[in-house]
Amino acid sequence: MAEVRLPKRIMNSGGWCQGCGHGVVVRLIAEVLDELGVADKAIAVEDVACGSMSMSGVLNCDAIMAAHGRPIPVANGAKGARPDSIVYAHLGDGSAYSIGSAELVHTALRGDNMTVIVVNNTVYGMTGGQMAPTTLPAEKTASSPKGKDADRYGVLNVVDLIGKLNATYIARGEIYDVASTAKTKAMIKKAFQNQIDNKGFSLVEVLAPCPTNLHMTPVQCKEFVHTEATKFFPLGEFVDK
Amino acid sequence: MAEKVLMKGNEALAEAALRAGSRFYSGYPITPQTEILEYLSTRMAEVGGFFVQAESELCGINMVFGAAAAGARAFTTSSGPGYSLKQEGISYLAANDLPAVIIDVMRIGSGLGDIFMGQGDYWQLTRGGGHGDYRTIVLAPNSVQENVETVQLAFDLAEKYLHPVIIASDAGIGQMMEPVELPDFKDHDINKFDWAVRGCKEDEPMRACQNIYYAKHSTDYPEYLTKKYNDIEENEQRWESYQVEDAEVVLVAYGSSSRVAKDTVDTAREQGFKLGLIRPITLWPFPKKAFAEAKAAKAFCTVEVNILGQMVDDVKLATEGKFPVGFAGNFFAIPDPDEIIATAKALLK
Amino acid sequence: MSKLQIEKTRCKGCGYCIEVCPKKALSFSGEISDQGYDTVKVDDALCIQCGACYRVCPDYVFEII
Repeated sequence: MAEVRLPKRIMNSGGWCQGCGHGVVVRLIAEVLDELGVADKAIAVEDVACGSMSMSGVLNCDAIMAAHGRPIPVANGAKGARPDSIVYAHLGDGSAYSIGSAELVHTALRGDNMTVIVVNNTVYGMTGGQMAPTTLPAEKTASSPKGKDADRYGVLNVVDLIGKLNATYIARGEIYDVASTAKTKAMIKKAFQNQIDNKGFSLVEVLAPCPTNLHMTPVQCKEFVHTEATKFFPLGEFVDK
Repeated sequence: MAEKVLMKGNEALAEAALRAGSRFYSGYPITPQTEILEYLSTRMAEVGGFFVQAESELCGINMVFGAAAAGARAFTTSSGPGYSLKQEGISYLAANDLPAVIIDVMRIGSGLGDIFMGQGDYWQLTRGGGHGDYRTIVLAPNSVQENVETVQLAFDLAEKYLHPVIIASDAGIGQMMEPVELPDFKDHDINKFDWAVRGCKEDEPMRACQNIYYAKHSTDYPEYLTKKYNDIEENEQRWESYQVEDAEVVLVAYGSSSRVAKDTVDTAREQGFKLGLIRPITLWPFPKKAFAEAKAAKAFCTVEVNILGQMVDDVKLATEGKFPVGFAGNFFAIPDPDEIIATAKALLK
Repeated sequence: MSKLQIEKTRCKGCGYCIEVCPKKALSFSGEISDQGYDTVKVDDALCIQCGACYRVCPDYVFEII
């Protein structure tokens, strides 16, 4: 068999909880940056929440830690200042779809040339598992202990939010198994290739487990995301211009 | 050869920022600063820079944050209510040791207030405004010409201290037209700071722009931060003194109201009443050193366009509480000289 | 001849690799890491070095070298 090596830019494992999906997403990003030959000019913009642990000795890549909800405009600013760099925002569902939703909508409306990777685990992770716009109906969280009242809060699907704006690419993948992880990697690759080609705004949402806050074992949580979350967040490429 | 042109204060600010080497602007419309946004919407492209009309002030300041982290001379502009929205980003700029310039073309009042000429933001400007342990350097020009010079200084100070710098303009300065000598264009090297993110080679250590407390200083953060602020207070106090040495009452005024205050000093002296004027050019650090010149003063009086006299406390601190400090203020307009003289005289009784 | 390398200090014992391994070559070792997790071990006789474990591992435990 051929050798399988971690990208050289992966320095160590991260401080994420057992079974957290962020680690796989960061590795996929690192592989894609290497394969596209743009790692030397990549700038990561991290939300202050769980994703930003990639800045702590995990991924050797110039990075900015943005305020909660603001990685997209911060990435936009970095790209505006350095148009030749490859800039991506790596953030969670709470950051992208709740507190940062205005910034997401208008960046997609302008079709700004950048790559956004959203890790959707259906809860706020860093603050301890509160209800998010992506929390499933009846899903129990720290702020919806009896289960989410979806009639009151709804469930936000990013494709509904920005699908008809001026995004070049919107896709959703999962990291359930080898095949789905490979598909997700291909999506992330396309999202970066689009930026290289100056094609505009690309967003890939990755469904990921958060076993700690969903109070499940990692394997149970992964099954939950694969079987339940995908009912509300179907996988695929929804915009591909 | 410097050009002399007739320009509106806001437009002169915008042009001066470009001449100071800024090639990044993101802002949002709000009266009375909107001319800056409008001017840059076409002018920025002519100099090859980045302009975007952001969807909100939050987005505007956070784009500036990203651009500053990447090494650009970046700026944004707003007024009162919009300046409040920018506080999140300004706090992050301060915490990350990032240089940037934010221009607040002040109006009046809290909440909506109104769009009229005012100096409603002194407290917010000089106390930090957002969360946490920080203040910003605040420069207050009082003419269109000084607007132009202040922008260059603001970027220089921002880079000297790696800190956000605020220009406190106001509707009066912003909307008036005056002849102005524009400086020559200066280039900014986006790679002049090694900390600016740009992408690193595989075998190079990454650049991480994050809260400086996490990034560089853990246990010595308090000392680091205290020294930074002490240095700014010691080195950067700026003011203009006018007829201060023999003055019985010294007016303290900045921006638009300082122009009327200066005329008031002349008017009072024609009447035999020895007024003087200290005009803070830096609102923070407050020019405490200026008050040593007021050797004959029996009282001080601020002249401001707001209701509560927001600068009075700083004058009391600068004079160590030894003198009465009055306030000649008006919510709707700059107080007229007669009103100021009457208030100043009353302080001597 | 390449071999599956396991960086046990990184392993958090999530078990994802055990789930995806087509040859059931991976199992918990009972060896508790400094972080307090039960870490994985490989039966080299069963391992076909397909790399599935590498692809699902969130903690960069595996390489095939």
